[in-house]
Amino acid sequence: MKYSLYNLVKNSFSYHENWEKAWSSPDLKPEYDVVIVGGGGHGLGTAYYLAKEFGVKNIAVLEKGWIGGGNTGRNTTIIRSNYLWDESAALYNHAVNLWEGLSSELNFNVMFSQRGLFHLAHSVHDMQEITRRGYSNYLNGIDAEILNQDQVAKKIPHINVNGRYPVLGALLQRRAGTARHDAVAWGYARAAENLGVDIIQNCEVKGIDISNGKVVGLQTTKGSVKVDKVGLVPAGHSSVLANMAGFSLPINSVPLQALVSEPVKPILDCVIMSNSVHVYVSQSDKGELVVGAGSDAYNSYSQRGSFDMIEHMMAPLVELFPIFSRLKMLRSWGGIVDVTPDRSPIIGKTPVKDLFINCGWGTGGFKATPGSAHVFAETVFRGEPNDIAAPFSLERHFSGALVDEAAAAAVAH
Amino acid sequence: MKLQRQQLLINNFFMFIINCPYCGERDQTEFTCHGEAHIARPDNPSEISDEEWGRYLFFRENPKGTHFERWTHDHGCRRWFNVMRDTVTDEIIKTYKMGEAKPVISNE
Ligand SMILES: Cc1cc2nc3c(=O)[nH]c(=O)nc-3n(C[C@H](O)[C@H](O)[C@H](O)COP(=O)(O)OP(=O)(O)OC[C@H]3O[C@@H](n4cnc5c(N)ncnc54)[C@H](O)[C@@H]3O)c2cc1C
Ligand SMILES: [Zn+2]
Repeated sequence: MKYSLYNLVKNSFSYHENWEKAWSSPDLKPEYDVVIVGGGGHGLGTAYYLAKEFGVKNIAVLEKGWIGGGNTGRNTTIIRSNYLWDESAALYNHAVNLWEGLSSELNFNVMFSQRGLFHLAHSVHDMQEITRRGYSNYLNGIDAEILNQDQVAKKIPHINVNGRYPVLGALLQRRAGTARHDAVAWGYARAAENLGVDIIQNCEVKGIDISNGKVVGLQTTKGSVKVDKVGLVPAGHSSVLANMAGFSLPINSVPLQALVSEPVKPILDCVIMSNSVHVYVSQSDKGELVVGAGSDAYNSYSQRGSFDMIEHMMAPLVELFPIFSRLKMLRSWGGIVDVTPDRSPIIGKTPVKDLFINCGWGTGGFKATPGSAHVFAETVFRGEPNDIAAPFSLERHFSGALVDEAAAAAVAH
Repeated sequence: MKLQRQQLLINNFFMFIINCPYCGERDQTEFTCHGEAHIARPDNPSEISDEEWGRYLFFRENPKGTHFERWTHDHGCRRWFNVMRDTVTDEIIKTYKMGEAKPVISNE
C-alpha cells in the first residue's frame, strides 16, 4: 500500500487499525541468488538497489537481531559530504545526492533535514585545515563556506566563541544535516520487500560454506541456505564474518557512544562539530540534544563504551554552549564500529569468489547509507566495483593507495 | 559474599580498575590502549612482498573473545605493558610485562 494523503484519510475511518504491516516475516528459503548478511541501512539498501536497478529477483537479507538494531539505529545521524580527498568526495556526495530524493524514492519519510553543518576551528592550524578542505570541496563541486568568528557568532546565537578554546571560524556545508535513522532502515526494508526481497530477522550467520574458492552456502541459526552470491555488510562484526570465510581484515572494532538530553524547545537549528575539542551536537525534532564524540581506543564487542568518555563529551559541550550546562542527560548508549587504518570504508571483492564485503565505515557511515548501498549493489551484481567504489578495495592496504581521511580531518563522523 | 562478587564485577567487568604490573591497581582513566600486542616486525624487510608488508602494518586479529593488547600507564609510571582481555565482557584476564610470553588460553 502506498503511503499517501488519500490512504491516511481512508485509514482514519478505521481508527488506523488496519494499516498493512510495512514488511512481513517470511521463512528462510533453501536457496537464493543473492544473500546480504546484515540488516542495517547499508545491507537493506543494497538489497533494494539490487532488486530495483539490477532486476535481481531472489534476494534475502539476514539479520541476527532486528533490522536497524546495529549502528544504523544507534548513530547520531550526521550527514555531510565535505571530505578532503577526491575519492571520498565522490562517494559521500553520491550519497547526499541520493538522500535528497530518498523519501519520495522509498515512499517513506526519512526526515532528511538539510539544516547545515558547522565544523568549528579553534586554532590557526584548524583554520588552515578547514580552508584547505573548503577549497578542495569547491574543486569537487561540494558546497563549502569558510566563515570567520563574527559570522559564526551571528549564525549560532548561543555559542561561546571566547572560551578556553576560542572559536576562530568554521567550515559550513549547507547541504549537510541529519535524518531519522530508524526510518532509513524501515523505508529500505519496506521498499525492498515490495520488490520481492525476503527480510529475515533473528537469523544469525554462523558459518560460510566455500567450495573451490567460491562461496556456495551459509549456515544460519534458521538452517542452511544455498547461495550464488553473498554480500557481507555486518559493520562491527566484519572481522568475525571474514574469519568465517577464512580471511582477515585491516579492522579494529571499538565502542562509540552517544547520548541525548531531555527534550527542550528549539534552540539549535544546525549541526555543530568540533574536531579539536571533540564534540558534535544537533537537536532532534523531538527536542533532545543529540551529542557524540570520539570512540574508545580499545577493541570491544560489548556495545558499551567507557564511563569516562561521557565526561569527555560533556566538557567541551558546556564549554562551547554554557547555556546547556543545566540540561539533564536522559540516555546514553554504545555501538561497535569497525575502524580501518585510513578511516575509509572497504567496498568490493574478497579472496573468496562471489563473496563481497562492504564494511569499515567506522564512526561515520550513516551519512553514506544510500550511496554505499547503491555502489555495493552494482559491485555485487557485476562482480566488479564501479568507478566510485574502486578506490575503496581491500587491495589498497597492499598497494599503499590509502584514502587517508584520518590524517585529513582527524574525525570521521 | 555478595559484596565480593560486586567488587569482582567492578574490577574486572567494567575495566574501571587496571592492574599495572609496575604500580598495581589504578583507575582506568590513567591508561591508554594501543592495540594488538605480540606483532613482530619482519626480520627481512627488504625481501618481503607488498602483501606481507600490508598484513604486518594494517591487518589485525580483532577477535570476539580473548584479545592480547598493549597499554600504557600514561598518568603513572608511563611504562608499556600487555593485557589479556575478553572483548565481549571487557573483563581483564591478566596483565603482564612486555617481553613476557603470551599467556596460553585455557579451554574451559
Ligand atoms: C554512537 C554512534 C554514533 C554515530 N554517529 C554517526 C553520525 O553522526 N554520522 C554518520 O555518518 N555515522 C555515524 N555513526 C556510524 C554509523 O552508525 C555506521 O557507520 C552505519 O550505521 C553502518 O551501517 P551498517 O548498515 O553498515 O551497519 P549496522 O546498522 O550496524 O548493520 C549491521 C548489521 O549486521 C548484523 N550482523 C552482524 N553480524 C551478523 C551475523 N553473523 N549474521 C547476521 N547479521 C549480522 C548486525 O546485527 C547489524 O544489524 C555512528 C555510530 C555510532 C555507534
Ligand atoms: Zn604503572
